Amino acid sequence: MNPFQTFRVALRALLRNKMRSFLTCLGMIIGVSAVIAMVAIGEGAKARVEEAFAAMGTNLLIVMAGSSSMGGVQGGSGSQPTLTWEDLKAIQSEVSSVKYAAPQLRSNGQVMSEEQNWGTQIYGTTPEYFKIRSWAVSSGSLLTQSDGDTGAKVAVLGQTVADKLFGVGSSPVGQNIRIKNIPFTVVGVLAKKGQSAMGQDYDDALFIPVSTFGSKIQGGLKKYLSGSIMVQAATSDTARTQADVTALLRDRHRLADGIDDDFSIRNLAEIASAQQEGTKTMTSLLAAVAAVSLLVGGIGIMNIMLVSVTERTREIGLRMAIGARRYQIMAQFLVESLTLAFFGGLIGVAVGVGTATWLSSSFGWSLLIRPDVVAISVVFSALTGVIFGLYPARKASRLDPIDALRYE
Amino acid sequence: MNAPLIHLEKVCKTYRMGEEVVHALQDVTLDINGGLVAIMGASGSGKSTMMNVIGCLDRPSSGSYFLEGQDVSKMGHNALADIRNRTIGFVFQSFHLLSRTSAIENVELPLVYAGVSGKERKRRAEEALKRVGLGARIHHHPNQLSGGQQQRVAIARAIVSKSKLLMADEPTGNLDSRTSIEIMALFQELWREGMTIVLVTHEPDIAAFASRVVVMKDGEVLTDREQEPVVAVVPPPASRPGVMT
Repeated sequence: MNPFQTFRVALRALLRNKMRSFLTCLGMIIGVSAVIAMVAIGEGAKARVEEAFAAMGTNLLIVMAGSSSMGGVQGGSGSQPTLTWEDLKAIQSEVSSVKYAAPQLRSNGQVMSEEQNWGTQIYGTTPEYFKIRSWAVSSGSLLTQSDGDTGAKVAVLGQTVADKLFGVGSSPVGQNIRIKNIPFTVVGVLAKKGQSAMGQDYDDALFIPVSTFGSKIQGGLKKYLSGSIMVQAATSDTARTQADVTALLRDRHRLADGIDDDFSIRNLAEIASAQQEGTKTMTSLLAAVAAVSLLVGGIGIMNIMLVSVTERTREIGLRMAIGARRYQIMAQFLVESLTLAFFGGLIGVAVGVGTATWLSSSFGWSLLIRPDVVAISVVFSALTGVIFGLYPARKASRLDPIDALRYE
Repeated sequence: MNAPLIHLEKVCKTYRMGEEVVHALQDVTLDINGGLVAIMGASGSGKSTMMNVIGCLDRPSSGSYFLEGQDVSKMGHNALADIRNRTIGFVFQSFHLLSRTSAIENVELPLVYAGVSGKERKRRAEEALKRVGLGARIHHHPNQLSGGQQQRVAIARAIVSKSKLLMADEPTGNLDSRTSIEIMALFQELWREGMTIVLVTHEPDIAAFASRVVVMKDGEVLTDREQEPVVAVVPPPASRPGVMT
């Protein structure tokens, strides 16, 4: 008897009891669909976090000025200008573990085109900034070094700003806009970047040379850099870069041992990995729940197979009498439980994908169905069928044909 | 090939039931070579054990059993399964048909284990069903058939492998007397076509159709005699069933 015939014999036996077969499958269906749906949603969340942090820039550190402390009132990071332009230059030139460093000065302001106006974030920065954030233009060009040197009144728009001021699908390059009533020329529009992990729209921003920002938008002390410094580490060892930059700044600010830093450094890579740890924990938790439901499904299969063996004792006796070998009986019952589990798994995948799609569309969750997870769940459910079918199948094959034939 | 189909040589079979040792068969020596052989005896006489040993479902505790000249008394499970598949057909009191399975599929079953291809299986199963007079009901399920028809399906299953030996364990025990005679008539036909049939029964009426009667008592052969079998003639429907001449 070849495996195909064994499979047909098993399938026929299962079809003789359609309702019971379906109910047995149900355990596997619920288990597998839970795995698929949960992992899809977990992976979706993880992918979204990863994407958001990748949009931010890789291996990113943000250096912020220290806090002011006046009469016990602590102003928070950046409230007191402690970073200087010299600090920025030192970071750029003296720390070998730093790839790029760029200032980021920020202001809120109203921006006007001929027809529209829009309140947005205005950033003053240098060309390195776009390299750090690996941000390219969709049309026009980025800010250049000479724009900064000459204090040119040029602006690069985020996609959202371009859409708001000039309408979707327009070409704003070369057009004039007014920022805080000062005329600027649009030289480029940035590619769409999307949202941050916290839901902030990266594209709702416009960028002008930092020198222009200082002279036209913000004013203030020329010596100090009244914003933050974006630093991209040369390697993924951002902790080392953080230590190097800290050492440099402490030295430059002449801070003795035991005195707190008058600046702070945020390590975005660390925040990202912490976030990922969080989603990873969540995913493994969901996987554990799913594994338990698979186990329960497996026990259900074992239960039904044991009932089936008892109920079909006479059939087993007859099959043995007419020439079935022990292993053929065993194979038949194993294939039955395998088939139950396998089809349960397949239906489970379909239900799981359906559920995940429905959940994501009705709650707006992102979704990632990984083919390897689907394959593993199906293989696992089939394996569950074999493992939990083993004992009942063995029991069937060890029956004595004489006793089995007489079983009432 | 002078070896008899069945040769039992000082076969003993003992069971242990708790403290007690039951001697189900004691030094049975018996040859069967053709014929419609009825094994009779009261319950506990050892006739069922005899049937199990001859049918290769059980091995003797001591002594030898030669089937077609082959010593099967020391064979393992798989070898015995193969011998049952090839050489022996079984008919039981309670038919033992797979429920919710058509007659033809029931008859095909031994061929499935013999590894016969699907098309050939169908052809032979159909032929066997025609032979027992159920050519028109090959796709009926057991619950759509009468007791006699179910037993015919079982007989078709027993002859489909063209095995030489047919073991029948109380084949008429669940049938009315008219149907019993029909079944015995079928057995007589098969016997006359050359099959060896060993049938276990406790009914003298049924044993009367046999060509040889072996009576067992306390695990031993009490009497063993050839006889002129009563020809099984199915009475016309009008007459009272079970009347024999």
